[in-house]
Amino acid sequence: MIFNKYKVSGKYKAVVVGGSAGSFQVITRILSELPKDFPLPMFLCLHRLKHVRHGFVEALSVKSSKPVVEPCDKEPIKRGYIYLAPANYHMSIELGNSIALSTEEMENNSRPCIDYTFETAAYVYRDKLVGILLSGANKDGAYGMMRIKQKGGLTIVQDPEESTISTMPSAALAQTEVDLVLKVDGIIEFLSELDRACKMALP
Amino acid sequence: MSTELDIEIADIRRLTELIKDKYGYDFRDYAMSSFRRRIKRVIELYKFKTVDKLIQVLDTTPSFFEEFISEITVNVTEMFRDPTFWRVLKEQIIPNIIMNHDRISIWHAGCSSGEEVLSMVILLYEMGFLDKAKITATDIDTAIINKAKTATIAQKNMELNQKNYQAAFGVEGAPPPNLRKYFRDVGQEAVFDKSLLQNVTYRKHDLVQGPVFSKFDLVLCRNVMIYFNQNLQNAVLAKLHESLFKYGYLAIGSKESLIWCDIANKFIVVNNEEKIYKKIKD
Repeated sequence: MIFNKYKVSGKYKAVVVGGSAGSFQVITRILSELPKDFPLPMFLCLHRLKHVRHGFVEALSVKSSKPVVEPCDKEPIKRGYIYLAPANYHMSIELGNSIALSTEEMENNSRPCIDYTFETAAYVYRDKLVGILLSGANKDGAYGMMRIKQKGGLTIVQDPEESTISTMPSAALAQTEVDLVLKVDGIIEFLSELDRACKMALP
Repeated sequence: MSTELDIEIADIRRLTELIKDKYGYDFRDYAMSSFRRRIKRVIELYKFKTVDKLIQVLDTTPSFFEEFISEITVNVTEMFRDPTFWRVLKEQIIPNIIMNHDRISIWHAGCSSGEEVLSMVILLYEMGFLDKAKITATDIDTAIINKAKTATIAQKNMELNQKNYQAAFGVEGAPPPNLRKYFRDVGQEAVFDKSLLQNVTYRKHDLVQGPVFSKFDLVLCRNVMIYFNQNLQNAVLAKLHESLFKYGYLAIGSKESLIWCDIANKFIVVNNEEKIYKKIKD
C-alpha cells in the first residue's frame, strides 16, 4: 500500500460518517478494516428505523475491529471510540469534548439527521474534521458536507457510480466542491493513511 | 458556495443576556448545539437574517417574546414513547407505589403538548388507579400548556401513537388494544375524553428558575434535560431530587444518564434500559 497517496495531514481530530439506504454493507466493511488502534473518535450517523432501539449497534459491532457504542446525552468523547447516533435522537458534538442528543423535529425526514451531526461537528472541530458521506436515498448530509468544507475540513463522498443508491453522494457533489470521490476500497485506504498520519503527529 | 449564517458563542451570549435582563428567563446554560440551532431556526422563520436583528426585535417588542419561547422550546413528543418503558411502569413501578401509599402523585416536568400525560392517565385508568392519582404537569411554554389542556392530538400522529400503545400493552393471541375508545374525531384532530384529565393540573413552571413546589412519588422528566448543559443539568436534577419523596422514582429519557451528574449517588438505578431511578438519600 502506498502511504501518501492522499497526502493526509496528521492535524485531524475526528471523523464523521453519514449514510442511509445501501450504506450498511459499506460501513460494515469500513469498520472491519479500520486499524484496531485508530486514534480518532469516529461518529456515525446512519438512517435507521426510528422506533427500533435494539439490534443495530450490535449488528455493526459484529465485524468491526472495535466496539461501536450508542452514546448517552453528555457522554464525554474518547479517542478511538466509534459512536453511533441512537434511534429517534439527533446526535451533536459539543464544545468541551462531549456528545449531546436531541429530540428536535425530524430533518430531511430523518432523526437522527446527518446534517445535524455534521454541522455541529464542523462547528466544533473546524478544519480538523474529516467528513465521509456514503450511499443513500435522500439529500441528507449535503448541507452538512458544505458546512464541513466551509470550516476547512476534509470532505469525501463515496463514488456515486459504486453507491447502491447514489442520491445522497450526488446531492453533496452538486452542492459542494468535495475534496475526494472514492470507492469503498479508497475510503479504507484513506482511513489507514489517516491513521498513520495522526499517530505520527501525536505528541 | 452560498453564504451561511454563522452564529458564534458571543452572539448567543448577547442574546441570552438580553433575555435575562429584560424578561427574567435564563437560557445561558442551555446546551450549545441545540440552542444555536433553535436560534437559527427562529431567525430563518421570521426572516431576521442576523442575530442582531433578533436581539433588536426582542428588545423592542415584548409581545414577541412568548412566540419566541414557543419556537425555542422543543415540542416534539409522542404517546407511549418507548413502549417498553410504559410496560415497566405498568408492571413494576406503579404497583409498587400504590402498594406502599395507596395513592400516587406524579409530576410531568416539561410536559409539552401533553402526549405523555395522556399516556399516563390512560394507563392509570386501565389499571383502575386514576382515582388514586394526583398529577401535575408543567412546562415553560404557556401556548403549549393551553394546547395540552384541550387533550387534542393531530390525527396524523395517531398512527404512531396507536402503534406505540399496542407495542406497550398488546398481548400475544389477544386482539390488539385500541386507543380509539378514548377519543373522537373532530376534523383533523383526535379529541380525547376530558374526564381522563380530571386529576391533572396543568401549570406554567420554569425548571431552570422556578421553585420546588411539592413532593411526588414519581417524576417524569424525559428528554428535557438534554437541552441543558451539564451545569444546568446538575442544578435541575437537584430540584427534581428535592421534589421526590424518599424512595420516589425518577424517569429520564432512554438515552439520558445520571452518571455525569454530581448528585448521582443519591439515586439508585431501578431499570437501566428504561432509565428509571429511585431516590435513596435526602
